[in-house]
Amino acid sequence: MTSGTVLPRKRRVRPVGSHRILTFKINNRDVSSREDESILAVARQNNIYIPTLCHLDGLSEHGACRLCIVEIKNAPKLVPACITFPQEGMEVSTCSERVIDYRKKLLEMLFTERNHVCAVCVSNGHCELQDLAIQLNITHVRYEYLYPRLALDGSHPRFIMDHNRCVLCLRCVRVCDEIEGAHTWDVMNRGLDTRVITDLNIPWGSSETCTSCGKCVQVCPTGALSEKGKSVAEMVKRRQFLPYLQKMRRWEEE
Amino acid sequence: MSQQFVIEPVSRIEGHGKITITLDDLGQVADARLHVTQFRGFEKFCEGRPLSEMVSLVQRICGICPISHSLASAKVCDAIMGVRVPDTAIRLRRLLNCGEFIQSHALSFFYLSSPDLLLGLDSPPAERNILGLMKSNPTFARDGIRLRRIGQQMIEWLAGKRIHPTCVVPGGVNAPLSPEHRQAMQELIPEGLEIVQRTLLLFKNMLDSFREEIDTFANFPTYFMGLVDSEGRLEHVDGKLRVIDADGNIVIDQLDCEQYQEYIGEAVEEDSFLKSPYYKPLGYPDGIYRVGPAARLNVISSCGTPLADQELVEFRGLSTGPVLSAFHNHYARLIEILYSLEMAERLLADPDILNDRIRAFAQPNYPEGIGVVEAPRGTLFHHYKADDHGLITWVNLIVATGNNNLAMNRGLFQVARHYLHSRQLTDDVISRLQAVIRAFDPCLSCSTHSLGEKGIVIELITADGRMLDSF
Repeated sequence: MTSGTVLPRKRRVRPVGSHRILTFKINNRDVSSREDESILAVARQNNIYIPTLCHLDGLSEHGACRLCIVEIKNAPKLVPACITFPQEGMEVSTCSERVIDYRKKLLEMLFTERNHVCAVCVSNGHCELQDLAIQLNITHVRYEYLYPRLALDGSHPRFIMDHNRCVLCLRCVRVCDEIEGAHTWDVMNRGLDTRVITDLNIPWGSSETCTSCGKCVQVCPTGALSEKGKSVAEMVKRRQFLPYLQKMRRWEEE
Repeated sequence: MSQQFVIEPVSRIEGHGKITITLDDLGQVADARLHVTQFRGFEKFCEGRPLSEMVSLVQRICGICPISHSLASAKVCDAIMGVRVPDTAIRLRRLLNCGEFIQSHALSFFYLSSPDLLLGLDSPPAERNILGLMKSNPTFARDGIRLRRIGQQMIEWLAGKRIHPTCVVPGGVNAPLSPEHRQAMQELIPEGLEIVQRTLLLFKNMLDSFREEIDTFANFPTYFMGLVDSEGRLEHVDGKLRVIDADGNIVIDQLDCEQYQEYIGEAVEEDSFLKSPYYKPLGYPDGIYRVGPAARLNVISSCGTPLADQELVEFRGLSTGPVLSAFHNHYARLIEILYSLEMAERLLADPDILNDRIRAFAQPNYPEGIGVVEAPRGTLFHHYKADDHGLITWVNLIVATGNNNLAMNRGLFQVARHYLHSRQLTDDVISRLQAVIRAFDPCLSCSTHSLGEKGIVIELITADGRMLDSF
């Protein structure tokens, strides 16, 4: 590693009140934070916008989508702001030309990897992937579409899973594990073959662990998970419950 | 030596295709055919998709008549769910359909066909379009644009947007009509009625100058099919099938749409992606039947609205039996616009139209469903099978244009026989070959789609495959 490289470091767990305070720069603005706060969290506290897709308030960070990448001065690689912690004197840029270019490429690749047909999607008009594409001014995609042939799982009586619309953010996996505690959802295979699965890759409707709580459906950013019977553009997700539930769980743990 | 002509593309129709005319050894027209040259594959790629998505998915078949596809699809979904659609939802679906008939027929008549009618089939092709019409007949062109706008505006107020709205859903519709939009629609209707009555008068006065075309544009005996209500009146959204023979005798009446396969067969030909449906009792290829505006007016007992019924009497006076010439589809289109405006007025006058009980919810309860509506271009069949989880396993679509395929081929043959007297495609022949296709108002985009290419190509070819001429 070259000297001066700032690597993502693991969160240090310290007793409340014993965290060091750091000062660093985001987009040439001086900001201060506790050492256990991610660059994303600090940026948001300071009203600096960084787009995200897999991040969701109330769930652990996963760093899957890479859309929150930022540039750190003297660091060779772009780093995801959600799982990178600041260091004293660090200079972060959230909207450099390089960052914007990579974000667009990442988003375009998400569109090519599966079959995101907005016009006939249950989440049309209420989709985080679609919103991001509009925000980042994606007017066309420069890569070839893969058009994979992917099935739907309609075996659950209330919900439906469409792998064509999945971006592998793994919010469903995390909410099921961390909030509901069922851990019905998990991940199978690697790379392009990666799929979210229920139990040990059995139809969702036959899962013995699923409580049918629907949290996975509500946190899903796209139309991959939806309520059965919703027509095109009718699936509006409700996520307000999440920070509240997380707070209650912590309170119970303490 | 036998020869073949190819005309490609035919312009001012919706979609893309090709006409070939084959000459025999004596230089006489031996055959004429319309080929739909692009493949779309909707029946295949709908497989595996959820029932709730189908209404919007199949709407993409067409940008002109998406409402018809969505209504047929919604009726299939209603059947698979086994629900009774609330009365207000049925009325709103019908109202939406009135908007579509007004805009689609106005598009066909004013934008696509009226340049032939007003400027004449022998006028220069480069000026024979809506822009040329703007110069020569500005009031008429404005009327057409205005009338189409009335239909589109009704759709937008009802469904949120003009093309591919998502308001029709399995079990009903997903948005009630607001009192403001109801009033706005009611205010539009008188202007629409004025325009269409003015245009009808103009059209009837010009019929005499098209005698030769009327006599040769697919003017031959066939069966006719259309939906009728329980009283035999004109019906676009619900109703049952009626088939009449070339003499006007009712052959089948009040046939449940679910039984369509007993009477309609589908032949596939190697040189076209458009299927050739035929009337089974007569077999293939003799079982030619026609659908569409003139066919509907031929099969019904009455329209059921006063002004349209008055016009229907005159329309019926054109012939002793059913009106056979495809040219009169133009006439029938105007009468149907009149009917749609009157029907919209009637639906809007009902206070129940504002009711917000507009949707029935259910899971899929039956494995199969069939939905049939009258699209502007004719009877439209949607037929799906679904698994226990509500995922589609099989789809069959018979689009309106397909029903007319055999009749269009024969119409082309009749026109080619009458007008083609040399081994070259002359302008008057090309104009009339295109015009007979245009009279059917085929929606080839329903079965084909391509961007950046010309509409229909016409080729004149010898029997051994040598191209003599093309356009």
